[in-house]
Amino acid sequence: MHELSITESIVNMVSDEAKKRNVNKVTKINIVLGELTGFEEESIRFYFEVLSEGTPLYGAKLDFKKVKAEFKCRSCGMIYNRGNFTFKCPYCGSSGVLIEKGKELYIDSIDVE
Amino acid sequence: MEIKIIKDVLEANNNIAEENKNIKDERKIMMVNIIGSPGTGKTSFILKLIENMDIPCGVIEGDVASDIDARKMAERNIPVVQINTGGACHLNANSINKALSTLDFEGGILFIENIGNLICPSDFELGEDFKLAMANVAEGDDKPYKYPLLFSKAKAVVINKIDLLPYFDFNKQYFYDGVKTLNDEAEIFEVSARTGEGFEVLAKWLKKKYSEYVQGK
Repeated sequence: MHELSITESIVNMVSDEAKKRNVNKVTKINIVLGELTGFEEESIRFYFEVLSEGTPLYGAKLDFKKVKAEFKCRSCGMIYNRGNFTFKCPYCGSSGVLIEKGKELYIDSIDVE
Repeated sequence: MEIKIIKDVLEANNNIAEENKNIKDERKIMMVNIIGSPGTGKTSFILKLIENMDIPCGVIEGDVASDIDARKMAERNIPVVQINTGGACHLNANSINKALSTLDFEGGILFIENIGNLICPSDFELGEDFKLAMANVAEGDDKPYKYPLLFSKAKAVVINKIDLLPYFDFNKQYFYDGVKTLNDEAEIFEVSARTGEGFEVLAKWLKKKYSEYVQGK
């Protein structure tokens, strides 16, 4: 549900950018999306098709670069991704701590004609 | 041709959140954004907490529909504004901006009861001083593992309905480990809004946070 307002932002921001640069057709929007955000790729695609109609963005491909959350083990220092229902280090089984990765949501670039 | 942009998608919301920060700071308000699932006991928690506070408190009530919770606050003469989102699953900075313009309150703590949801409200900054994440014994000990963003951002984590511990398989260690992995600095409080257990400790902590806030201004 909250993807609607996010997709509106994406459409508005890219439309402004296209206007500023006299671009008639945007072919691809490259988005960086962190694993920890609550945003769902398929919902953004769904709303995008509706909201981009009549804009230079219509038909553009949405490319999501996913960023995984990373943890650092407090004991062995290894950097790791989480497992299901556990945050423990897969190498030594100790506790880790979240490092600042996985909360990203930004438009990295656009491809234009 | 590729054009680099690098723009935060939440920029528009975040700009209004900054504006809210200035408004509430001018009015010496410390704003606490309370996020928890439906039925976790947010409203009873706020009512019990305010009973234990000796500084002025106000409330912004967020709900999809109805003013049931706001009426409970108003009956106790607590300054309150109700926001009905009409379907949206979270409050955003703009709705708080409007609520602040109608709420006659200054010099105290303003609690925002966000929409009952552990996912969407975590992504939207409102201009608050900090987030308070709520879970309860009956809904299980796995919430930090299932909804990591909320617990990674919250300064305070509350486990409510602690009086139900004898009846549920709630593994406190598992819950604490999850929170501490996501957020080493989070303070965890155990309370029961039904019996009042734990509120004295939490109220004391909040008062300390408020005096630090006022001194910092």
